Amino acid sequence: MVTIDPVAPRGGRPRLPIAEVRWSTVLAPVLLGVIVVVAWETFVDQADIKPFILPAPSAIWDQVTANRESIVSGARVTGGNALWGMLGGALLGVVGAAVAGTFRFVDQMAAPVVAALAVIPIVALAPVLYSMFGAAVNSGRIIVAGISVAIPVYLNTLRGIRQVRAVHRDLMTAYAASPLQRIRAVTLPTATPYVFTGLRIASSLAVIAALIAEYFGGPIGGLGKSITSSAASSNYPLAWAYVTGAIGLGLLFYVVTLLAELWFSRHQPAP
Amino acid sequence: MNQHASQHAIAVAGVRRVFGKGRKQVIALEDVDLVVGAGEFVSLIGPSGCGKSTLLRLVADLDTATAGTLEIFGKPARRARLDQDYGIAFQQAGLLPWRTVAGNVELPLKLHGVASAQRKARVAELLDLVGLSDFAKNHPDQLSGGMQQRVAIARALAESPRLLLMDEPFGALDEITRERMQNELVRICAETGAAVLFVTHSIPEAVFLSDRVVVMSPRPGRITGVVDVRADGLAGAHDRTERARDEEGFFRAVAEVRGLLHGAPVATVAADGLEK
Repeated sequence: MVTIDPVAPRGGRPRLPIAEVRWSTVLAPVLLGVIVVVAWETFVDQADIKPFILPAPSAIWDQVTANRESIVSGARVTGGNALWGMLGGALLGVVGAAVAGTFRFVDQMAAPVVAALAVIPIVALAPVLYSMFGAAVNSGRIIVAGISVAIPVYLNTLRGIRQVRAVHRDLMTAYAASPLQRIRAVTLPTATPYVFTGLRIASSLAVIAALIAEYFGGPIGGLGKSITSSAASSNYPLAWAYVTGAIGLGLLFYVVTLLAELWFSRHQPAP
Repeated sequence: MNQHASQHAIAVAGVRRVFGKGRKQVIALEDVDLVVGAGEFVSLIGPSGCGKSTLLRLVADLDTATAGTLEIFGKPARRARLDQDYGIAFQQAGLLPWRTVAGNVELPLKLHGVASAQRKARVAELLDLVGLSDFAKNHPDQLSGGMQQRVAIARALAESPRLLLMDEPFGALDEITRERMQNELVRICAETGAAVLFVTHSIPEAVFLSDRVVVMSPRPGRITGVVDVRADGLAGAHDRTERARDEEGFFRAVAEVRGLLHGAPVATVAADGLEK
């Protein structure tokens, strides 16, 4: 016997919610951005503001196009540090949360440490790490980015692990599933969207940490170092051009992790 | 274990379940005896807090009795769970949202190491049984509540259990879907010949589906009576037709269950009223 229920489309895989975004939601912020840039340009032009106070958007853009290669290579260095830090930090956060989720006493021991780590500005560690690993390598920057990522990922993953529904736990017990089967079949998939929420939050932190860590020394070539050196040599539009590059890098990290989050939570209600 | 005991799907004797300690102690079940024969459909009915779900959870070994014995096919409940002697469905479908419909039905088979080709064949069979073959590749969030519950029933049947435990599986469905699901369950039970322990709030549902209806009362949870629906002239085991809902025996059984739920005097009045 076949009964037909009125239902959503058959067979097709659901798409990312991005397909449902309306034009107005995209257009409105773009419009605001254009208004701000135009206002900025007119203000600098009319009020005759000196470039060392605030350069005009057009001047910054000239520097961006003129130094494109240098900005891209700088973004590559800073982005590389942020990426490695993010991967390491994510691994640390997820594994840590899995352990804390399994053993209650680990969770209790770690809670105050995590709270303490969450409030200290991690970048403040950069100078210490430079003397620890030597100022000629990027290790200190990667570690700084890694720690800033590990905390939000850890907290969100732990929250995700605790979202396992009672009915799913009962089901696994009824199936006499082994602890490993439980983790693979229910715990990890439940926590996955939360892991990616943590990563999305952490993505901008990783870029910021990698960037700011460069202000405190270490090898040159990154965006952070380029910002400080062009500001030091009074080339303000160029410093702003590097800042523009940093904004682009941060956005790239954010958008990529946001898409990953949407993809992995497409079958579950948003955390 | 004697030969006779192993004939029963479920044998519960002197079961007691107490939650909490000291003053906060709540007696969920007190002195419960129940036998469900192989292939028999038995419903547990009663108001909230009468311990019917607790009893089902004890049978499923999702919870442990404070005192008394539970045997499933002559084995202790724990052994029966480890041996996968029963299939289970809850009020919430409890499907894994990240798996497709086929993936959900396949889950118990996969967990228990059934080969891929066999799994595929069995899943196709089960989805055909519940009328959802066209939805194998959909995810649960694309299905209606009734369809999700059908997937959950297919999943419960995956390993052809001789015993099905169902905890208000149609409780969250609207009346129309509910009746259709009941008809399907009757058909599935006739096809598989499994014994069923069925928890419900609904008197007509219990009477329509069951061979026997066990009526329970709260504080402390205990069995107040058993209505043998077959004795009321309704068709024999798993031989229901849609028409059964309109038969006289159906109303007599409903009145009997209602009487037990509300106290004995009402029972005679209601039953008499129907017969005149």
